Amino acid sequence: MSAILIAEQVLNGLQFGVMLFLMAAGLTLIFGVMGLINLAHGSLYMVGAFAAAAVAGATGSFVLGLGAALAAAAAAGVLIEMLVIRRLYRAAHLDQVLATFALILIFSEGTRWVFGSFPLYLDIPAALSGPVSLPGGILYPAYRLALIAAGLAVAAGLWWLTARTRVGIQIRAGADDREMIAALGVDIRRLYTLVFALGAALAGLAGALVGAIQSVQVGMGEPVLILAFVVIVIGGIGSIKGAFIGALLVGLTDTLGGIFLPELFKLFMAPDTATQAGSALASMAIYILMSAVLIWRPTGLYGARPA
Amino acid sequence: MTFKALTLGVAAAALMAGGALADGHAGGAKIGMITTLSGGGAGLGIDVRDGFMLAVEQSGRTDIEVLIEDDQRKPDIAVQLADKMIQAENVDIMTGIIWSNLAMAVVPSTTAQGKFYLSPNAGPSALAGKGCHQNYFNVAWQNDNLHEAAGAHANGAGYGNTFILAPNYPAGKDALTGYKRMYEGELAGEIYTKLGQTDYAAEIAQIRASGADSVFFFLPGGMGISFLKQYAASGVDLPVVGPAFSFDQGILQAVGDAALGVVNTSQWNKDLPGEANAAFVQTFEAKYGRLPSLYASQGFDTANLILSALDKAPVSDQDAFREALRAAEFTSVRGEFKFGANHHPIQDIYAREVVQEGDVFTNKLLGVALEDHADAYAGDCKM
Repeated sequence: MSAILIAEQVLNGLQFGVMLFLMAAGLTLIFGVMGLINLAHGSLYMVGAFAAAAVAGATGSFVLGLGAALAAAAAAGVLIEMLVIRRLYRAAHLDQVLATFALILIFSEGTRWVFGSFPLYLDIPAALSGPVSLPGGILYPAYRLALIAAGLAVAAGLWWLTARTRVGIQIRAGADDREMIAALGVDIRRLYTLVFALGAALAGLAGALVGAIQSVQVGMGEPVLILAFVVIVIGGIGSIKGAFIGALLVGLTDTLGGIFLPELFKLFMAPDTATQAGSALASMAIYILMSAVLIWRPTGLYGARPA
Repeated sequence: MTFKALTLGVAAAALMAGGALADGHAGGAKIGMITTLSGGGAGLGIDVRDGFMLAVEQSGRTDIEVLIEDDQRKPDIAVQLADKMIQAENVDIMTGIIWSNLAMAVVPSTTAQGKFYLSPNAGPSALAGKGCHQNYFNVAWQNDNLHEAAGAHANGAGYGNTFILAPNYPAGKDALTGYKRMYEGELAGEIYTKLGQTDYAAEIAQIRASGADSVFFFLPGGMGISFLKQYAASGVDLPVVGPAFSFDQGILQAVGDAALGVVNTSQWNKDLPGEANAAFVQTFEAKYGRLPSLYASQGFDTANLILSALDKAPVSDQDAFREALRAAEFTSVRGEFKFGANHHPIQDIYAREVVQEGDVFTNKLLGVALEDHADAYAGDCKM
């Protein structure tokens, strides 16, 4: 196995990780600040992808498509926060799970109703199509490099927002102690809607960016949602930094595990069985990682420690 | 009158009503269709349903009742629906299932209860070999068939070092087995991916590093869209060959340029010669506003097979009806069509190429990849 292949796989893992971060950041913010388990987060990812595909298809501009994805997902987020989620903050987690699961069904069938059952077309912009040569002779798709850059830029922006702005202070304070921040006169309802819209927009952005290299179809959000939950459990619920580290860990583990475990098994097994056993173990790798982290740190890497 | 007697009376009345109902559809048939109409794989089920209903409508018969239910691609729901259709609705014939794992959950119990099952898509090897049944007919193909044709095509094209990949589930294993059965060259690599995987960057990097001269993949539905788009962006330009499932009419528009020129194998294409096929393509497009896929053609053929058998014998005369099905005297849109001893098709499988016609991406016929091809499991079937 050559160094080039390994370097390429590390890039793949990074790219997967930063896209997971976009999903996980919104999920962890919403859970951390509002204490809400939002299963419909994957639907917002889908809304972003469909909005991008529809607008990019109509106008021919990928950038307009991205704008539409951000706007549509944020608008959908505000809408469901005001109509449904707002009534659930005081409810038990089971009620939240049931209600947001219902939202998944509504979004899925609603999207099918509007766009039909067949996958939509969304392509990467022409300027970023094809591979670029990196130092060391690595040939890597330009679009995936752009995804890594975009993900890192969003991560930096989120860090700036939470660490350096007034809204960020309120968000962090809300995550630590909801009653106290309300008592200090912060309009908690407005803050909640804002956080929800921000999380939704990030999910929509991820959907549009990833939709261009995958397929834009109903139900595309749910597999990503499961991984995003794994990420925030590893990172520690409510922590943006944890979500970032967790997303990169999950991205790298999943990608590298899929490659190296079958190779590792081939050292002492027949190639046929090694491929199958290795693939089976690779699909469990991130859950094994999650268990290991939870045994070591029960609240996740950067989760609040119980006093 | 005790409660027991009362229930007995009700049961007897129900039996009589059931008997009357069975007589009621003596000349016609009550058909239960369980297929996937929601969720990620809905496009396939919708095509099968639309093709099937087009044929029923064209027959002009009013004595055929079709009950349609959505299995959501979940085996447990398919089993519940099948129980309801067989026991409460008393259907004569079942059809519609797309996915092999669902077929394995439903078909054996359906045939064991004395009903006919005609598969418009799924053809798992277990039901073609040891698990075959006199009341089970597959109108589409045995799962391995299109992959075998891809292997044969690879030999013809002179590929000698193929990299092969498929999802890690029964039909994925059938796919790689099928390809290897016909393919005579070396393997540059063999990968099982996760079912439902959407990112193939890692696999594409392996393909690039493997020194392969061609790629064979079986990734149905959305998985194939993702793979092809990422493959095109990666700059790996090895020739690709695959079964029609990643290149059907429903998903080609979503893949776009990335699929152009790819050779894929199918038992049907819209430009196959024959009046029946031309008429099917034209009426399907007129009615539904889109081109038919191979799934639609399979639904259409399934319905026409049932109609042809109903013309000869009523369903209530099971032996005669079964003989009529086995004879398969209907005009298939594929042209020649006949069943082998295990009730799976013996048919030509074609190579086709993805082309662009105006704004629409579609397939063009190249030629026959495997002639009069039967499946490899027929010998294990003791009917």
